[in-house]
Amino acid sequence: MDALLLQVLNGLDKGSAYALIALGLTLIFGTLGVVNFAHGALFMIGAFCAVILNGLFRMGFETLDPTVLDFLGNPTKVTTTYIETWFGPELGAALIDWTVPLSLLLTVPVMVLIGYVMERGLIKHFYKRPHADQILVTFGLAIVLQEVIKAFFGANPIPTPAPEAFQGSFDFGVWLGFEVNAIIYPWWRMVYFVFSLIIIGAVFAFLQFTTFGMVVRAGMADRETVGLLGINIDRRFTLMFGLAAAVAGVAGAMYGPINSPNYHMGMDFLVLSFVVVVVGGMGSLPGAVLAGFLLGIVESFASLNEVKSIMPGIDQIIIYLIAIGILLTRPRGLMGRRGVMEE
Amino acid sequence: MPLSGPYADEGADQLRAYELVVEHLNGQGDGGMIGTFSSKTLDGTGILGKKVAFVSGDTQTKADAARATAKSMIEKDGAIMITGGSSSSEAVAVQGLCQEAGIIFMAGLTHANDTTGKDRKANGFRHFFNCYMSAAALAPVLEKQYGKERRAYHLTADYNWGWSQQLAISQATEAMGWATVENVLTPLASTDFSAYIAPVLNSGADVLFLNHYGGNMVNSLTAAVQFGLRDKQVNGKQMEIVVPLYSELMAQGAGENIRGILGSSNWSWQLQDAGTQAFVKSFGTKYGFPPSQAAHTCYAQALLYADAANRAGTFNPCAIVEALEGYAFDGLGNGPTVYRADDHQCFKDVLVMRGKEAPANKFDVLELVEVTPVAQVTYAPDHPQFAGGELGTCNPGA
Repeated sequence: MDALLLQVLNGLDKGSAYALIALGLTLIFGTLGVVNFAHGALFMIGAFCAVILNGLFRMGFETLDPTVLDFLGNPTKVTTTYIETWFGPELGAALIDWTVPLSLLLTVPVMVLIGYVMERGLIKHFYKRPHADQILVTFGLAIVLQEVIKAFFGANPIPTPAPEAFQGSFDFGVWLGFEVNAIIYPWWRMVYFVFSLIIIGAVFAFLQFTTFGMVVRAGMADRETVGLLGINIDRRFTLMFGLAAAVAGVAGAMYGPINSPNYHMGMDFLVLSFVVVVVGGMGSLPGAVLAGFLLGIVESFASLNEVKSIMPGIDQIIIYLIAIGILLTRPRGLMGRRGVMEE
Repeated sequence: MPLSGPYADEGADQLRAYELVVEHLNGQGDGGMIGTFSSKTLDGTGILGKKVAFVSGDTQTKADAARATAKSMIEKDGAIMITGGSSSSEAVAVQGLCQEAGIIFMAGLTHANDTTGKDRKANGFRHFFNCYMSAAALAPVLEKQYGKERRAYHLTADYNWGWSQQLAISQATEAMGWATVENVLTPLASTDFSAYIAPVLNSGADVLFLNHYGGNMVNSLTAAVQFGLRDKQVNGKQMEIVVPLYSELMAQGAGENIRGILGSSNWSWQLQDAGTQAFVKSFGTKYGFPPSQAAHTCYAQALLYADAANRAGTFNPCAIVEALEGYAFDGLGNGPTVYRADDHQCFKDVLVMRGKEAPANKFDVLELVEVTPVAQVTYAPDHPQFAGGELGTCNPGA
């Protein structure tokens, strides 16, 4: 029982990332009708916002320490960071320690800007083109973005630790009445899960309870009619592209402590996230979230030794099998609108 | 070498090493390990009096791309020796091509047993160590550190190298009395290993082997540490994690998680022998950081080829094969080394390394635990882990 519960928890944190990326993909598809294969790259760029902020925080001036020699036998260069000089050693060290959560302040404006530029500069030229063209151009863009990141940061993962207060794990099982050490769960994964729920809730609240959100939802349902009412729906959809980019970005920034950022991490999530969107229902925001968590949990269970011993390799294909099943029996997905993908 | 793909940083370091060794062969720079090499045929005038030139290509960490790149170099650029690669699949693919084309292949970073086992070729040579050697070097250290009665759990990358590494480690540890509880194959494309780590907690195992390399290693190790495996007591013993093959470039990616974790290496810039010192000085002065083991093995391979050609007095591949087979040398950073004639595998000491507890800088991630003597990692050419292959006869090419 405890092993099963642990797999559910694992599925939830993995599903959190799927859900956040799929949510952004669905927002873009639902508003602009664009299949955005560069969305994984936006997740990756978000993660690198945390890396960049960490680098900025660690910038400083160098002094030579003659008591410690480097690998060539020369005096070692010791870096004193500017923020420690400006704010004092304690606050400076705390800022560095809390880089990942603080990076959200950088990630949101950067990603909104990137999303805006991407949409105005490239994507808008492909609105009336076939989906195949959109996939080709956005996939190409994703490759360009990841190669740019690789050129600056290299190919290897870059450690981006969680704040010290959230490092390590806690005994989740004891909270539920299990014996000690039955369910050990990392603090940061729990933080990520809660964070994803907050972001998902915020996006839904924004769409549900603001005038802007109402117009966007109306535009998603019938773009032409909203336009005839004299509302500039295109401008709002552009901002939604920025919002979707920001959701992917913050998802990536907070993911760094779970898996060290590398230039390829967006591609690793991209295909799975598209499967999530298809399973959830193209254009359905609740469907994307539901499918994200469901597929995360299913994938976790498929990785259990007991399951793999019956069906070797099932962990590698389970999500795709589900996608095939859904497409054959219910092409509009779990919560998709009737008619979408069914014509 | 891979200049794109997951091993691009290894590839970039290899390229630096090749640029450096070509400079040294042509008489530029400080000469690096030419000065410490036991053979004295190299004098900075190139090879057989000819200036050394090279072309490089991106193998993308893919076997088919590596083969296509090497083919282009042979057919269009007129390459007479191919060297490099950062994975065993690349090495096996290019080695096969070089055998067909009558070109010498001096393998770069390749650790699977098959490269000098079932896929060995007369025209191919490997300086880097292999899975068997890693296991043979690690097992006694593990016994010394963690005791005789241990229960091991393996997470293994689901491809040729992973299977090879897992088999070697489980055979070596079972021979000293450890039990193998489980071997779980993980997809090469996995990024989040939490679902594979969770079952370890309730398996009764007290040692976890991560038969992963590169990004897989970084991610699986990070997940294992996050789930508190290193703080866990099982069977009255401290739970331990072992990474059989270390890459110092990848270890940097794992950050603090690598601390205290045992693994093996082919070479380390921290060694104190004259060859290592000369190479580190040369490389560090030119590039500003210490070389990786990937850079070292590539530099050594280029020197060994150049020396073999000089000793043979010709560029004829078969004469070079003859010059390298059974060749014993020293001064290239690994101590006395022999290129065994039976399988074209180099035999030399192997290093057991541990993640450093208090690194002084970002390069100082691993510390030397033991230099395992070559005798301990030597095996018979027909050892079952290397069975099924034949060198065949040398192909002199056109």
